[in-house]
Amino acid sequence: MMDTPREAPPEASRPYGRRAFLGVTALGLSSLLWGKFAWNAFTSAAQPLEDALPPSLVPSGWRIYTVASSMPTFDEATWRLGIEGLVDAPQTLTYADLRALPRAEQISTFHCVTGWSVKNVHWAGVRFRDLLAAAKPRSEGTVLEFVSAEQPYVDTLTLEQADLHDAMLAYEMDGKPLPREHGAPVRVVIPEMYGYKNTKWVQRIVVTDHVSPGYWEQRGYDIDAFVGKSNGL
Amino acid sequence: MASSFTAAPRYIHRFSRTERTLHWVHAAAFFVLLASGLVLYVPRLSELVGRRPFVKDVHFDTGLAWMVAIALIVALGDRRGLRNTLRELDAFDRDDRLWLRRIPRPQGRFNAGQKLNAALTASFAVLFAVSGVLLWYGERNNSYRFGSTILLHDGLMYLSLVLLVGHLYLALIYPSTKHALRGITTGSVRRDWARVHHSKWVDEQRLAHPLVDPPGREQE
Repeated sequence: MMDTPREAPPEASRPYGRRAFLGVTALGLSSLLWGKFAWNAFTSAAQPLEDALPPSLVPSGWRIYTVASSMPTFDEATWRLGIEGLVDAPQTLTYADLRALPRAEQISTFHCVTGWSVKNVHWAGVRFRDLLAAAKPRSEGTVLEFVSAEQPYVDTLTLEQADLHDAMLAYEMDGKPLPREHGAPVRVVIPEMYGYKNTKWVQRIVVTDHVSPGYWEQRGYDIDAFVGKSNGL
Repeated sequence: MASSFTAAPRYIHRFSRTERTLHWVHAAAFFVLLASGLVLYVPRLSELVGRRPFVKDVHFDTGLAWMVAIALIVALGDRRGLRNTLRELDAFDRDDRLWLRRIPRPQGRFNAGQKLNAALTASFAVLFAVSGVLLWYGERNNSYRFGSTILLHDGLMYLSLVLLVGHLYLALIYPSTKHALRGITTGSVRRDWARVHHSKWVDEQRLAHPLVDPPGREQE
């Protein structure tokens, strides 16, 4: 016989397998409650490290959401931005016209309704008040409808919301012309609301007197999407 | 060649058809989910591939198909065998506990690391499924939308990648363990290999099937 020698008689085994399974599963499920707090604490603690690393090594944190089969392509020669609806002087702006308007800059945090955020995004663009001035909206026009070149994406802001101090139509991001995946050449930026209100690839702005639900709002998301005060968050 | 008929079988059966099917269905689904998930997650890939609604459907449908397939394999397969396997995976005897502390000890059909990997993989599967369903249903119902769901789903992806890299290294590259791949593809492994890596299991098999494998005919 060539049995392997046993030093000790067989002894009771311990159910570590199920403990590992149940423990990790419980930890994972409970993280639905504490995950975000832990992550925020971790990212603030890791901020010095992030500052020390070259930016190319730090993950951007962005995720790109689109609804059409491909992203719109920006061609400066043919691109136009229409401002129409309840206005006295409808406008058709070229890219150069838009860039000639008073420039505003800001650094703000971008929040997605699904739970991720990107801190300290540097935007440059035009405040809506300056953008709309030449079109002369009528007094009954209280809502801006942003029609995206990415069909059928559409969303709205009330004029009041669009007048928030940090809302703008942005054409630059982090010092460069707005990249294609972020809505080139212009997108709405309203940091106080979740990302889906920040319409990308804006092609037309229609001034209306009523709010109609936007793309995601037709699919159950809140129309007034203030960060932390909407969508059950 | 005739002499090989009288020698002990060179191969020993390690994984049942049910176990192998479970493994490969799980693996195939994981790779499709990983690829489609990365397209949804990495901006560069999102831009390159586009067609987000389609990729999202692929991701969701694959997840659904994966859950249904696993349930079907368990329901229609060798459940008794699976129950035994589950018992083996659960039980860590003294040798397993020492092995985890890097003290070489004889191991059963699964070594302690494989048992842990199985527990973690099962746990990750449950968590992926729960967080995935929440991501999908939360889009339809506010009350199931949690700020941390996507963090859990992403975090699991990173942890799974770590497990996967280790798993692939041991299964495809590391010379002394990569023979295990034959077990999960064909079902059986070389007896001499099993004696080195899973000696307690080989001993048990010899006791359980003394006629098939008469003691004393081992080729060490």
